[in-house]
Amino acid sequence: MTDKFDKEPADAPSSGSAGTATAVPAEAIRAIPVRHYGRWISAVVVVAVLAALVFSFSQGDVRWATVPEKLFDHSILTGMWHTILISVLSMLMGLLLGVLFAVMRLSKNPVTGGVAWLYIWFFRGTPVYVQLLIWFNLALIFPVLNLGPIYKNNMVDVMTPFVAALLGLGLNEGAYMAEIVRAGIQSVDEGQTEASHALGMKQGQTMRRVVLPQAMRVIIPPSGNEFINMLKTSSLVVAVQYQDLLRSAQDIAASSFATMEMFFVASIWYLALTSVFSVGQYYLERRFARGSLRSLPLTPWQKIKANLSTLRRPEVAR
Amino acid sequence: MTVQPMVKAEAVHKSFGLAHILKGIELEVAPREVFCLVGPSGSGKSTFLRCINHLEQINAGRLWVDGELVGYRQKGDKLYELKDSEVAAKRRDIGMVFQRFNLFPHMTAIENVMEAPMQVKGESKATARARAERLLDRVGLADKAANYPSQLSGGQQQRVAIARALAMEPKLMLFDEPTSALDPELVGDVLDVMRGLAEDGMTMIVVTHEMGFAREVGDALVFMDDGIVVEAGNPRDVLNNPQHDRTKAFLSKVL
Repeated sequence: MTDKFDKEPADAPSSGSAGTATAVPAEAIRAIPVRHYGRWISAVVVVAVLAALVFSFSQGDVRWATVPEKLFDHSILTGMWHTILISVLSMLMGLLLGVLFAVMRLSKNPVTGGVAWLYIWFFRGTPVYVQLLIWFNLALIFPVLNLGPIYKNNMVDVMTPFVAALLGLGLNEGAYMAEIVRAGIQSVDEGQTEASHALGMKQGQTMRRVVLPQAMRVIIPPSGNEFINMLKTSSLVVAVQYQDLLRSAQDIAASSFATMEMFFVASIWYLALTSVFSVGQYYLERRFARGSLRSLPLTPWQKIKANLSTLRRPEVAR
Repeated sequence: MTVQPMVKAEAVHKSFGLAHILKGIELEVAPREVFCLVGPSGSGKSTFLRCINHLEQINAGRLWVDGELVGYRQKGDKLYELKDSEVAAKRRDIGMVFQRFNLFPHMTAIENVMEAPMQVKGESKATARARAERLLDRVGLADKAANYPSQLSGGQQQRVAIARALAMEPKLMLFDEPTSALDPELVGDVLDVMRGLAEDGMTMIVVTHEMGFAREVGDALVFMDDGIVVEAGNPRDVLNNPQHDRTKAFLSKVL
């Protein structure tokens, strides 16, 4: 048996000199692939569980027709607009506060550093839900907002649901962003600051032109996550009577008794929002990766185009 | 003999915490001179170089650049610390090249060279670009202007860094081991650029382990060890015929 096995490959090369590199055939290898039975079994199990889940929802007492009917309801769309508005504004506020407190924490002044630490400690250490309630009920302890000669008004008139929501979400976000920005600034090599100083650039110029643009590469990905979190966390503003997406859905649910259906509607819009902003985050990260990678990775659209052209090529060859 | 030295150090001391790095440096660098600083690592040569443009603050002694005190203003017999903006203004005239290049990675080669003239001197983009193109051409990298540093070799990055420093039209150039981080075959290109600068009469202080460069291009050489100047003189004399035992021991290892 073994003899026959040895002979066959030795006969194949015409040169007859067995053992040289020419003995290996040049054509592509056609081996029998390993069978992954485990993969088949797990795929079947997962599909079965998924099918059972879908089936049970179809059997549940859900009036599915309500979902598309209410999806574009005027109050739902208004609520979604409010969700986007409060999320974007809170995030902006968080970003500005974040940069401010990050710079304060890194400053050589121990007082500003300590104050920044205290801010982060308090606003990260208490639940955002509690913070929202504190802002909303501020009138209980300060009935009148009195800024001396500049401004004076009843607190209940000042602390509208919108203001309470913005302060609650924005100040909380600022504490998280401060840590993200600080990590970003500290990730930039000290040699960059030195090179900038050696060229005669001042502290502010160095921060603005050299350090922050490089820190952005580190800051952007977690900030994108923060924003997507914010879109969802903003649903807590229901606690301060702000008319956001969830609140609008709940209002309709209360009057129509389509409770679960309205939660589905809200979920669909939350998913749509987070999906859209995830795509935006991808392109933003790509923009700030300039210079750190030798060549930027292809965008999904470019990949599709590239794949289409490689798909075509073998056809041409045939 | 009345020529004012470009750099003058008198009893310069520098400590980091308990580590006493510079222990009384005395030296003078004449204008248009190529001044080489050699010595073992940890001898304080890089620290001294960084004191010259006030990246480090000296603890004792006096240090002058072009007749002006570094980091301080003297009124009567009192010294006043300079403000950050005043320190920055003085650094404009002193170029520095680092061992690790320290190019700005988020800017292309030409943007690196244009940045300081535009930000610090308020130059127009067109003026800065024209000068940057000229300088990149001078260091042999005119065709790499649009490349990011990550797309350049170490030797090319270091030449861009030299062009970046030259863009401020400095009266003094500091080189902190400019070829130490380079592959051996890339060292020559950088040294060629420095040789050209020396021929044009730039005052240069070069911390280096390239004894060949010191011998060929250097006008003066100082051997430092353990925070003091051990031996100084003409590079050819010091390198060929060292007087001090410590100099002899060091040179026997590197030559």
